[in-house]
Amino acid sequence: MTRVRSKRKSFASRVAGLWIVPVTLVLWELATRLATQPYFPAPSTIAVRIQELWFSGPLTRGLLTDEAIEAFAPSLGRLFAGWILASAAGILLGVAIGRSARLADYLDPMLQFGRAVPPPLLVPIFFALFQIGMATQLAIIVFGVIWPVLLNTADGCKTVDRQYLETARVFGFSRADVLWRVVIPAAMPKIFAGLRLSLSLALILMVVSELIGSTSGIGYGLITAQQNFLFADVWAYIVLLGVLGFLLNASFLLLEGRILAWHQRARRTI
Amino acid sequence: MGATGLLVVLEAAGRTGLIDTTFLPLTSTVLGRAAELAVDGEFLGHALASLEAWFWALALTIAIAVPAGLLLGVARPAEVAARPLIEFLRPIPSVALIPLTIMIFQNPVHMRMSVAVYAATWPVLINTIYGVRDVDPLAKETLRSFGFGPGATVFRVVLPSAAPFIATGVRLAASVAIILVVTAEVVAGGIAGIGVFISTAGSGNRVDLMIAATAWVGLFGIAVNSLLVAAEKRLFRWHHSRMAGVS
Amino acid sequence: MLELVDLTHSYGAYRAIDRINLTVKQGEVVCVVGPSGCGKSTLLRSIAGLIKPSGGAVLLEGRPVESTPDNLAVVFQDYSRSLYPWLSALANVGLPLRRRGLDRKARDEAAMAALTEVGLGAAAAKFPWELSGGMQQRVSIARALAYRPSLLLMDEPFGSVDAQTREELEDLVLRVCAHHGMTILLITHDVDESVYVGDRVVVLSKAPGTVVGDLTVDLPGPRDQIRTRELDAFVKLRADVGRMVRGITTNHEMETR
Repeated sequence: MTRVRSKRKSFASRVAGLWIVPVTLVLWELATRLATQPYFPAPSTIAVRIQELWFSGPLTRGLLTDEAIEAFAPSLGRLFAGWILASAAGILLGVAIGRSARLADYLDPMLQFGRAVPPPLLVPIFFALFQIGMATQLAIIVFGVIWPVLLNTADGCKTVDRQYLETARVFGFSRADVLWRVVIPAAMPKIFAGLRLSLSLALILMVVSELIGSTSGIGYGLITAQQNFLFADVWAYIVLLGVLGFLLNASFLLLEGRILAWHQRARRTI
Repeated sequence: MGATGLLVVLEAAGRTGLIDTTFLPLTSTVLGRAAELAVDGEFLGHALASLEAWFWALALTIAIAVPAGLLLGVARPAEVAARPLIEFLRPIPSVALIPLTIMIFQNPVHMRMSVAVYAATWPVLINTIYGVRDVDPLAKETLRSFGFGPGATVFRVVLPSAAPFIATGVRLAASVAIILVVTAEVVAGGIAGIGVFISTAGSGNRVDLMIAATAWVGLFGIAVNSLLVAAEKRLFRWHHSRMAGVS
Repeated sequence: MLELVDLTHSYGAYRAIDRINLTVKQGEVVCVVGPSGCGKSTLLRSIAGLIKPSGGAVLLEGRPVESTPDNLAVVFQDYSRSLYPWLSALANVGLPLRRRGLDRKARDEAAMAALTEVGLGAAAAKFPWELSGGMQQRVSIARALAYRPSLLLMDEPFGSVDAQTREELEDLVLRVCAHHGMTILLITHDVDESVYVGDRVVVLSKAPGTVVGDLTVDLPGPRDQIRTRELDAFVKLRADVGRMVRGITTNHEMETR
């Protein structure tokens, strides 16, 4: 219901709905200026640092500085490569497990265990087992974020509405058609929920792995700034990661809205 | 069954030399280590430190997020106003705050708590708002028609009907807080804490100890989660029966 | 064309249907009516090959039904769960035709023709959730028609739509099936509907369901919602069927609209 209403709202009234953001920024600015605590720089100071650090480069590169490219490229590379690999593997395994009760029985305890391991703890273990480097960081992300996709896919494929399957049987769908045109579309909403969860988890693991054992990337920049007591820089990195998290989530929701339009619309009418 | 099979395969792979045991320790070694840790005073000290930070973080989260969620849930304009802030703050990866909190808090327990509270607040807050929203308007109006004031409505109708949602939020928050406390310990170091233990074991190249300690953290997470699930089922039987009836 | 011989099915100790014998001739519209819990669904699912009955046999065009036969289509009661929400009306109707070995173009044409026949040609590109309940059930009927089955099974096909839509759909089914010379077995709990739609009405008893009556409906066609229902013969038949259904279920108030 709220969704329908917010869609109808004009652009202007939606922007006006964001009034709390400038108000918060002004209050924050005033509070930090009055308090003059070194740990809490004013938002204007942070904004200036963000601009200096990453967005004062040449126009031809969209203002990005060398430093920005050096930090963003490896981080985003790890993040997306890890997430995509984990998603592909997770969906594949999840479908297999969801469709085969025997496989599910056999692997279930392992899956429950794999899910229970706190993903950030994989970071020190993987760094102890393998060399510190890009490949290990990628492995951490893949291994850490595969579970939500895998378990959601398996659950979605297992709990397909009986009527969908009986209809397919009555009309004699081939096994491939049952899988591709009934089971997987029916499981899509759950698969997407898993994908979204693992995307935010991938960002977390990217940061942790860079905080602990990396010589490049956003997390490395963050921990270096902290070690050098560059307070404004630390805040700048946090804002940067916040914006990154926001953008990732928002673009995923946009994509999901496109692909799962039938699901969201269907649910709204019921 | 499957887990046993897998463990047996791993053990065999180690024993036959298929996997280098200095690289990945034998399953039996890890299990042995895990058992030893359970009675190891030093490890238990680390565990207690983590447990303390986790407990207070969860308590603080509930103290902050439940009232805030009730307020935002009841007062619709407040929720509309605050929503952009929530939407901007929530996607900040909580681990990114670890370096900042290292600088701000001198006491490592406070530092760990602050990170955990930040991450654990969201599930409780969102679930509370959602739960309050979900309250049957008829129930509210019934009470109001009997002359009860808004305060009584909140305590007699809103809070009880939102309780199952709040409980789910708290359960999620409990898991999140465990992870964040231990992660903060690994990243920031310190004197006591399971994360500190794991880091130390890592620098001594004791992968067996690292895996054993991680397994305990995972088991603790499972135990807390199943305990809370069982509690929810018992406390909110009426809620579950209603949901089952609906679906 | 359809023959049920001593068809029996039990779920564990509970016997749902008991030695049902029934023969349906080519082109006949047979309505099966009975009180709730008379094993109507079990009967339908056995014929469709969705469950393996514990006793007796189902013969379709002389061959025993083993798995789901390819010359049979079903229209389920719950259209919202029988149509795939991720497919357009056209795709929903066209999907089963893949089994017929038609190429994409031929499938779309056949699906379009069926949708036009049920009066939904203009809604082919719409998704189920964009259509009303009655329209969704029309899509379901179009899907069955396009499949060109020799036997069409309908499980309370009009049970979930409002009264007016229900009358429209009843006439629609009678019209298109007469046109295609299709054989129909329609399962319902509505006495009135069974007499209006059927050439024959078969009455089942309360569980375990067994045949307690088999009446030929001798009413002039084509049927008309007003004129047919006011015929003395219709009123008499409806009373007879109603008594049979009710006579078995003494304390059970049968719902008749």
